[in-house]
Amino acid sequence: MNRRILLMVPFAGVLVAGAGFLAMLEREQEGTFDPRAVPSQIINKPVPPFDLPGSPGFSSTDLRGRPIVVNFFASWCIPCVEEAPVLMALKAQGVPIYGIAYKDKPDATAAFLARNGDPYERLARDEPGRVAIDWGVYGVPETYLIDPQGIVRWRHVGPLTQDAVTAGLQPLLRRYA
Amino acid sequence: MIPELGHFALALGVALGFAQAIIPLWGAHRRDIRLMQAAPALALGQFFAIAASFACLAWSNVVSDFSVLNVAENSNSLEPLVYKITGTWGNHEGSILFWCLILTLCGAAVAAFGGNLPSSLRARVIGVLGLAGVGFQLFCLLASDPFVRLWPPPVDGRDLNPLLQDPGLAMHPPILYTGYVGFAVPFAFAVAALLEGRIDAAWGRWVRPWTLAAWCFLTGGIALGSWWAYYELGWGGFWFWDPVENASLLPWLTGTALLHSALVVEKREALKVWTVLLAIGTFSFSLSGTFLVRSGILNSVHAFANDPARGVFILALLGLVIGGSLLLFALRAPMLSATGIFAPVSREGALVLNNILLCSITAVVTTGTMYPLFAELLLGEKLSVGAPFFNATVFPLAVPLFAAMSVGPVLSWKRADLGAALMKLWWAALVAAVVALVMATRARLLPDLAMAASAWLILGAFADIAERTRLFRIPLAASGRRLIGLSRSSFGTVIAHAGLGVTVAGIAAMSLASSSIVLLKPGQVAHVGGYDWQLADLHDVAGPNYMARAATIRVSRAGSLVTILAPERRNFPVQQITTTEAKISTNGLRDLYAVLGDERDGGAVLRLHVNPLAPWIWFGALIMAIGGAISLADRRLRVGAPTRKPVGAVAA
Repeated sequence: MNRRILLMVPFAGVLVAGAGFLAMLEREQEGTFDPRAVPSQIINKPVPPFDLPGSPGFSSTDLRGRPIVVNFFASWCIPCVEEAPVLMALKAQGVPIYGIAYKDKPDATAAFLARNGDPYERLARDEPGRVAIDWGVYGVPETYLIDPQGIVRWRHVGPLTQDAVTAGLQPLLRRYA
Repeated sequence: MIPELGHFALALGVALGFAQAIIPLWGAHRRDIRLMQAAPALALGQFFAIAASFACLAWSNVVSDFSVLNVAENSNSLEPLVYKITGTWGNHEGSILFWCLILTLCGAAVAAFGGNLPSSLRARVIGVLGLAGVGFQLFCLLASDPFVRLWPPPVDGRDLNPLLQDPGLAMHPPILYTGYVGFAVPFAFAVAALLEGRIDAAWGRWVRPWTLAAWCFLTGGIALGSWWAYYELGWGGFWFWDPVENASLLPWLTGTALLHSALVVEKREALKVWTVLLAIGTFSFSLSGTFLVRSGILNSVHAFANDPARGVFILALLGLVIGGSLLLFALRAPMLSATGIFAPVSREGALVLNNILLCSITAVVTTGTMYPLFAELLLGEKLSVGAPFFNATVFPLAVPLFAAMSVGPVLSWKRADLGAALMKLWWAALVAAVVALVMATRARLLPDLAMAASAWLILGAFADIAERTRLFRIPLAASGRRLIGLSRSSFGTVIAHAGLGVTVAGIAAMSLASSSIVLLKPGQVAHVGGYDWQLADLHDVAGPNYMARAATIRVSRAGSLVTILAPERRNFPVQQITTTEAKISTNGLRDLYAVLGDERDGGAVLRLHVNPLAPWIWFGALIMAIGGAISLADRRLRVGAPTRKPVGAVAA
């Protein structure tokens, strides 16, 4: 009998591992599992202080009072084109999106927004990219959710997808609304 | 037209695959000889169908038919012809089709060369291969169709990833895949044996050449991949314990264990259950290595499964093949009973030790590769397991393995005298001890031990030959006759073990490498590793589909010129990728290795390495593979396989 149980062990092991991989795939799809993501130091911390110019530009103190989505983007970034429709859909739902143009020339940014739609309630310029360093941005696009107290609650690296919005962003927007 | 034909041939292959999976297995179950006899024809038919499909894809690549999405995304009209051909398997869809092609090739090989197998065993082996193959062909057809059309076709394609435009990497996937997929045959034999409910010496003898062939290819494939990483990535290292590398190492470790345990089944009819488990485990690791890597869980570089449905499809397939075979194992393995018994100190005992150590290394590498994933899944913790962990856990297990490797082959079967065996190796032990003492001042403990182990392995292998030919104890001519009379499989063992020794020497010597990153202006000289490296000039070079910046470096030692190296930085405009072309000059005992980095203030950043014995790493792997091939050429493996005893005699 013992031998029979012993011979079952490999099968049981594979069953457990398989269930684990399935869970990983599903959560990866939701955007809550990313083994390659570098952990963000900023989650559950207050927004690092900044004051950026733009049209009209905004500062860290403006990110208060309601949940706000902050999106780092650039006109030279191809994935930013990809996520544009998702951002426009968010805007249509009334979600406030603040944009930060990362290492970009103002007229290039304007041309980009004219082409792909302008989802931003307010737009700031971070031409030297210093604020992005404080946030821990390691590439555009990146998207953050700031709660009414100015605490960073969520971060998405790479182009925003509808799946990530549904599974990751929407529940948090409801929670902090 | 051609892509549609390819698509149709793929569908035909799936249909034949279903027939190949069902008819022979059903026939073997019902003991219907006609159904069983259909197996070889179905296997050959499936092979031709998939081969035709692959040929169509290759043709679309060669003629640059950019109306095929796969070709448009991964090829370019300016590409040299050879990369148009190798680009066929240099992308996700094409490589899956290629994988299926090799699997059907295995089925066809069993059909062609398995004439002396009992018909029920042959039917079951081919049936199991069909069952495994049809799943992956369905994946190819439904979830990653390489023949999807694109309309309107683009003017030019997006080009093959420049990193893959390299002769070494062009050959790496076919060889590695042949190794991975080759283990499907021992797997099919294992499942067939479970279905039959018996295993005997004849089974061991049939399984071993297939395992050996797959092992040779896998050894070559891994070595080629590591060599490519060494000269193409330009990082100066050869093995990075990257999840993808580990994924190829795991089946190699269990496959090596399988090779040795199948020997015990063949000679002594022991370790049967264990051998079956190893055969299933090796192919399972091969499958996971190919597909888990692609599901996007393990690594982004090789991950093609942007579409999560693909990942789930792959996982379900893996679950069916691996889980199904292990469930069968759990249910049927109790029927397999060992007949051979042996003392702990014996050839069998040494082979068991080999298996224990190899499987411990496998367990350690698996844990290190998987732990970060599961830690994040279950504990939500981010952590990474890197080279320090693997070096600290694998090498201490490898040292006793190396120590036992030279002793094992000189032990006798059943019961052996350890003292007498060690006496035969005294001079190898003496040289190893001297090496350890000499190197102790220069290297840290582990590299020092590894150097000694390398001497022990190489000389131990020769001691084995010397012992068998009674060298210097009988006249040389008589020894020569004994040498010729030795079986090829003994030669193979000796050569493969010595080959590992050569590789170990190369790896150990890497710890003595010196490297430096310098900023040189033309005319300036850097001193690295006892050589003077002078940057002579920087110039532009034009390639067929790239522009390059090259540096001319004159390397001299004590005033006399050793070599001129011209490392390049290539820019591929279509893909907007820059690659570094490291340049290496070797004399067999050390590599001079130069990489060109960015240019600044009229100078260039150069990374310069002096790597002693580096070529030995891959040279040793080549020797190992050659050893395997020589063993494979042994007459006993090809002809006169023992016929089976009647069923009643084994049914104990």
